Amino acid sequence: MSDDIKPRVRVQAKAKKGELVEVKTLVTHPMESGQRKDADGKVVPRLIVSGFDATFNGKPVMSIKLDPAVSANPYLSFFVRVEDSGTLKLTWTDDNKQSWSSETKIEVA
Amino acid sequence: MAHRHSPALGRRAALARAGGYGLVAIAGALAARDAAATPDSARDWLSALAKGSPQEGKVSIKAPEIAENGNAVPVTIGVESEMTEKSYVKALYVAADGNPNPGVASYNFTPLAGKVEVQLRVRLAQTQKLVAVAEMNDGALFIASREVKVTIGGCGG
Repeated sequence: MSDDIKPRVRVQAKAKKGELVEVKTLVTHPMESGQRKDADGKVVPRLIVSGFDATFNGKPVMSIKLDPAVSANPYLSFFVRVEDSGTLKLTWTDDNKQSWSSETKIEVA
Repeated sequence: MAHRHSPALGRRAALARAGGYGLVAIAGALAARDAAATPDSARDWLSALAKGSPQEGKVSIKAPEIAENGNAVPVTIGVESEMTEKSYVKALYVAADGNPNPGVASYNFTPLAGKVEVQLRVRLAQTQKLVAVAEMNDGALFIASREVKVTIGGCGG
């Protein structure tokens, strides 16, 4: 089930030096809250993306610890200050310690 | 004649019954309290993460006044800060006081973020308050809250 999970990232490819660039991300994930019951009345075990981490050229920008109150297919957006060209690396980790990452290049003109 | 005696008995029985209902009602209220977050538990959750007494200001929460579907309520949270090495937002904690659990998300930032304005989508089980607390690098805390009315809850029963 967790194999078809694909992170999507939208960020401008070019930026001016020092520009604040908005990063928009979405990862398809059911974010099972652990509150729902299946047809037999059994609680569906919790399985959510619990961690998100962003680095630019290896330097940490921000990270998030998510709780089940975050919606399915979590959409997250934030800003990064871009001083030099580099690679924005985003990593999502779920409760099973499975993780997905994406790398996006931003060029400073 | 039996009728003559019954008022007293009846009242006693009614009192006993009322007492019983009272207890059931209290137990019910306690069970409900256990199952859901309250403004108090949201405050506890926040104060466990951000120690100190937060002041109003700097933090802003944008969310719809009425959310038709509690499964994905778009929320934007901003914190005023220069985001320099000297002065930046270290962390941002988001809680909801009417969900089964108060926690929503905890953010950590470095000055590299440049600006704190984040968006996320939140599940809300019912009409409730969103509370956000920002922690600055010098330890100062700022708080903001916003009520969102929810028409259909988002916890999937």
